Amino acid sequence: MHLLEFRNISMHFGGIKAIEDLDMRVKENQIMSIIGPNGAGKTTIFNCITGLTRPVKGSIFFSDVNIVNLQPHEIARLGIARTFQNIRLFKEMSVIDNIIVAQHCRTSSGIIDAVLILRKFRLEERIIREKAMEYLEFVGLYDFANTMSGSLPYGAQRKLEIARALASEPSLILLDEPTAGMNPQETVQVMELIEKIKKLGKTVLLIEHDMKVVMGISEWIVVMDHGVKIAEGIPEDIKNNKLVIEAYLGKEY
Amino acid sequence: MSLLKPLIISIWFALLFLPFKGLKAALFFLIILLLTLLLFNSLFRYKNIFKDPLQKIFNLFEFNILTPLYESIYLRYVLFAALLVIPFFVKDYVLDVAILSCIYIILALGLNVVVGFAGLLNLGFVAFYAIGAYTYALLNTKLGIGFWSALPFSMLLTTIAGFLLAIPALRLRGDYLAIVTLGFGEIVRLILNNWDTLTKGPNGISGISTPVVFSFTFYKLTHFYYLLLFFVAITIFITKRVHKSRIGRAWIAIREDEIAASTIGINTTMYKLYAFAFGAFWAGLAGSIFAAKMQFVSPESFTFMESVLILCMVILGGSGSISGVIVGAFLLVLLPELLREVQLYRMLALGAGLVILMIFRPRGILGGKSASLRI
Repeated sequence: MHLLEFRNISMHFGGIKAIEDLDMRVKENQIMSIIGPNGAGKTTIFNCITGLTRPVKGSIFFSDVNIVNLQPHEIARLGIARTFQNIRLFKEMSVIDNIIVAQHCRTSSGIIDAVLILRKFRLEERIIREKAMEYLEFVGLYDFANTMSGSLPYGAQRKLEIARALASEPSLILLDEPTAGMNPQETVQVMELIEKIKKLGKTVLLIEHDMKVVMGISEWIVVMDHGVKIAEGIPEDIKNNKLVIEAYLGKEY
Repeated sequence: MSLLKPLIISIWFALLFLPFKGLKAALFFLIILLLTLLLFNSLFRYKNIFKDPLQKIFNLFEFNILTPLYESIYLRYVLFAALLVIPFFVKDYVLDVAILSCIYIILALGLNVVVGFAGLLNLGFVAFYAIGAYTYALLNTKLGIGFWSALPFSMLLTTIAGFLLAIPALRLRGDYLAIVTLGFGEIVRLILNNWDTLTKGPNGISGISTPVVFSFTFYKLTHFYYLLLFFVAITIFITKRVHKSRIGRAWIAIREDEIAASTIGINTTMYKLYAFAFGAFWAGLAGSIFAAKMQFVSPESFTFMESVLILCMVILGGSGSISGVIVGAFLLVLLPELLREVQLYRMLALGAGLVILMIFRPRGILGGKSASLRI
């Protein structure tokens, strides 16, 4: 079954065609990668899915709901979460608060509950705190719970962003270059983490430049170049695809 | 390096005093200030030497020095008791200053919701204060409604005004938002100044009655002091609860990173609206009390400088920190009073003091702490 489906999506910025007539499908509980040279439109795809930019044409179906005209927070509520290429944590909040705030759309206590400290509020606070600790344990940041998230080392910040995305309880999680700037050990840890996320029954859509990661964990790969999908398939096919090699290395090769 | 900062500061201030007191005094001032700053600097360096033995002594009394003093529960009890008995020992003048501080504390806590929590610069906050004050003034003088019946109505109206301002303003951010809110503040003041038939224009409205509780009329300063103490306590309690709840966290997330906040499911537009309305709510309360206490309102009390003053309280105390904002509001009411002695140099000294503070504690007196959300 397809969890996410792109139909004729086009996105233009002025005269630049960032995405042109893209059709794409993401199967449920699959790790799928989008690769391509710089400026191929990969991050724009993510922005379209999460509602940060609105495509000029086409529709995106997420479990049979057209999400093109929805607001980012509505899309998050439906079950899509993402991380960013340039880390966007809430830097002045502690690590655990970053996770707690991410459970926003799964909680419902209002101003009256909070002011009167009603039982519902106390219960909810306790549950989201416990859950937050679980998510931190999941990504291996349990010991950093009370650290200020801005002062975490770089690799840990990336993991925290993944944990924050998980905390909003999505069924589809979009990771934008999760291993960028990491050393080989950290990269391996993140690969294991992504496999673990899949085991939770979630679908992972990945943008990645590190071919070891892409070929190592993807079950399906989509290759973009200049806003157009030039190939898709299982990793072995992509490795030997002429168009892909051309896009990455130029015609002579 | 540690020498450079005090040196620059003292030269800067000496130059500030030069036109008023002449070269000799300026030089004298320079040397005194430099020595003081250096002394503080060197003491600061050795603070760790004192910390350990002090800690041992305090441990004997189970009193933790490392948790800042203002957080300690003992200090709170002492402070609270002191606040309750103050009226029995002081002159009316002191009480008057205390009442004024309380009104500003409520205002600053309200603005802190908008500026400190949600990170939206609001330069027209005084507009809500004015709306609150005039609503009570008009309800009371035209319709004869008492303080307690008019209060909910005037707070509701201010909250609605907060919503109304926020709707057009939320498409903007940063500097542009600040300009729009500034414009709103001026519009409200101009309306009050020119709508002669309703507000009596610059003459203001007088003869507003004071609150009545069970046929007991508030007329002495002491009564107003306790009334304000009560409302300040309520304000602190509610803003603190909301700050530590789901709503407060959403505000802070928006302040930290609006895009990330929207992708984790926070309706950023709605929550910014809430912030404006919730902040305005407290301004409505402060305004009504102000009108009831002064028994007179005029547009003169609600100028742009008031907005700036309230904003200063928030920034100076530590934007986002509730205890910081209280300290900031208190200081900015108290300092000008203390500096009455030096008359001519009052504003100069105040400005200089603020500059020093911002150099040494750029995030406010009690700022620099993040919103920790322990329950």
